[in-house]
Amino acid sequence: MRASLFIACFNDIFFPQTGRAVVSLLRRLGVEIAFDARQTCCGQMHANSGYRPEAWHQAERFLRLYTEADHVVIPSTSCTAMIREQYPALFAAFGSESQKRELAALLPRVSEFSEFLIDKLGSADVGAYFPHRVAYHASCHGLRALRLGDRPYQLLAKVRGLELVELPNTERCCGFGGTFAVNNAEVSSAMLTAKLQDVLSTRAEICTALDNSCLMHLGGALHRQYAGMTVMHLAEILVRTETSFAEAAS
Amino acid sequence: MSGPILDPRYALPFAEAALPVLRNAQLRKNVAHAIDTIQAKRARLVAEKADWQALRDAASAIRSHVLEHLPGYLEEFETRCTAQGGIVHWAADAAEARDIALKILAEAKADSVVKVKSMTTAEIQLNAALEQRSIAVFETDLAEIILQLGDEEPSHIVVPALHVNRAQIREIFAREMNLPNLSDEPQALAEAARVFLRRKFLTSPAAISGANFLIAESGAVAVVESEGNGRMCLTLPQTLITIAGIEKVLPRFRDLEVFLQLLARSATGERMNPYTSLWTGVTPGDGPQNFHIILLDNRRSSILARPVERQTLKCIRCAACMNTCPVYRQTGGHAYGSVYPGPIGAILTPQLMGMQHAQSLPFASTLCGACYEVCPVKINIPEVLVELRAEVVAQGHQSIGGLFERLAMQVTSFVFRDERRFQVAQTFLRFLARLLTRKDGWIHALPAMGGKWTQTRDLPGLPPQSFRMWWRDNEAREPAKDA
Ligand code: SF4
Repeated sequence: MRASLFIACFNDIFFPQTGRAVVSLLRRLGVEIAFDARQTCCGQMHANSGYRPEAWHQAERFLRLYTEADHVVIPSTSCTAMIREQYPALFAAFGSESQKRELAALLPRVSEFSEFLIDKLGSADVGAYFPHRVAYHASCHGLRALRLGDRPYQLLAKVRGLELVELPNTERCCGFGGTFAVNNAEVSSAMLTAKLQDVLSTRAEICTALDNSCLMHLGGALHRQYAGMTVMHLAEILVRTETSFAEAAS
Repeated sequence: MSGPILDPRYALPFAEAALPVLRNAQLRKNVAHAIDTIQAKRARLVAEKADWQALRDAASAIRSHVLEHLPGYLEEFETRCTAQGGIVHWAADAAEARDIALKILAEAKADSVVKVKSMTTAEIQLNAALEQRSIAVFETDLAEIILQLGDEEPSHIVVPALHVNRAQIREIFAREMNLPNLSDEPQALAEAARVFLRRKFLTSPAAISGANFLIAESGAVAVVESEGNGRMCLTLPQTLITIAGIEKVLPRFRDLEVFLQLLARSATGERMNPYTSLWTGVTPGDGPQNFHIILLDNRRSSILARPVERQTLKCIRCAACMNTCPVYRQTGGHAYGSVYPGPIGAILTPQLMGMQHAQSLPFASTLCGACYEVCPVKINIPEVLVELRAEVVAQGHQSIGGLFERLAMQVTSFVFRDERRFQVAQTFLRFLARLLTRKDGWIHALPAMGGKWTQTRDLPGLPPQSFRMWWRDNEAREPAKDA
């Protein structure tokens, strides 16, 4: 199987290790990976901030780059949700008839990372080993827009050595919300504090998720508070094996 | 009642208005406790309905159908209601609705009114107008009494005094009703309110209510409530004025089957609301002999004309969206500066103000989608929020982030339109970040707007190599090599 990787702009800059983990893991599972360096950003920040024409440029670019792809894999729930939920309206407003048709044909081939593993590859067990206590934060977009359901839990359940702890109030937003975190910084922080209370109550070592934007928010506060807990994208957990741990130790 | 803070024309932007609330420990505890309780009840009762999603689909379909055929249904309602002895008035805006109500009360020579809890009368700031004309206004919903006596603002559309706890209620009643020994037991508080209200019911010549539903086929009006005080208002005074938004109409009586099931469960977490009052015009010798209904537009028809925003008018004011909203959970209702707070307020208020006020409200959300999930009529609130954000930006009403944000958006858009620009921007960003990054690899303080992030959160420093650089260096040349 061939898959094209879409690495969101901030994953590219801030969290390159997530993309590397996805590449490495998917290759382990026999997937041939392509990365088109002409990609930049899905346009989510612009669309959600009310800058539609600006978002449209990104949407059009996405379609142009991936219209021929067999599969597009995106290790970010909110970017995937942007493409699935908002692109149709953007193309309806600004696109041509043929673009609308191309988008409709492309969307079923666009998968969020855990969707790709479970739905397209049919593999919940990816052969991972990760001997740590982990809590999973179900990002709003993963939970409600993409309806990932138990996919991430299926994946986590098969990781050898991993102790999964339940995160209370997992459906509640962490307060990031893109520019909301800056424009409504105090309310965002109050929401974050409520979320941290739940996250810390798990006494996990690591809080994982399928979206680095939530993790940047949670991780930023955990770091600020010397909370002794770190964050990590699920792909970075799934890529670990007994061998990679041995390599890291040597 | 209508203090300036809940008037969107004078309210502070959301972020600013939220600040005092965030520091008010008592208020935040009261709000979180109250909505956690309602939410838990709602969740239990929704879970026991196997056909919950089917009910939501039906309700959504009926409301959409009504909005598509609104003029016809309103005329049908007017004809039937008039035939049954009701008098139908049409008000284009809040001022006209107030004037009509004042005229009716003057004709009835009413110097006092009892009121059924109503959001629509709050929307048009009716109480202040009545008091200005020296008409005494008595709210009769227990929570509204608490607010009226305590000179407090409502913070929720179903449980308006949810930010006030039992001890605070005791204090207000003890002071205002002159009952120094009152206990804070719920029974004692309810009894005090009952005694206080009984005389008003028996002596007030007129009552004012809102409406939950108008039934087109029969001209009936439906009001649901929990305490029975509304029923008293609707039956004892001789003159009754009902003020309802034009969107409140349902085609048939049997449609109530769907809505009464959804509304009680969504609003208060009950299988059925305790009192459902339905009346049709005037019944000689029984109940009010003068019945007026004022149908209020107040920009509803302009909302109706917009394809995406139109769904806002499907709302049945159950408040489930605010009860589940993680933003509302922290701020409560007052920060929204409107009688309609929470997610529904964030989309309804600016539209009712013609997008000239309350422009910060569409941005007072993380777009987490929890509201859409619970809304019994399936209003896609995040979709409407994004639509309104685009409208605020397009109009150039840039109260949020101001010029800085506009500039940042245009620069990033320019950068994202070309991968070479993106590459250059990355290099520049990495250089800047290096200046700000501490030895631990993290940025602890950002300048300008970024400082809003670092006031409570650190930011990871930028790794020396972005993903695309790594790909270029390791993969692009030897595509077959394992990472
Ligand atoms: S928007 Fe939906 S959930 Fe919110 S009050 Fe209206 S009907 Fe209820």
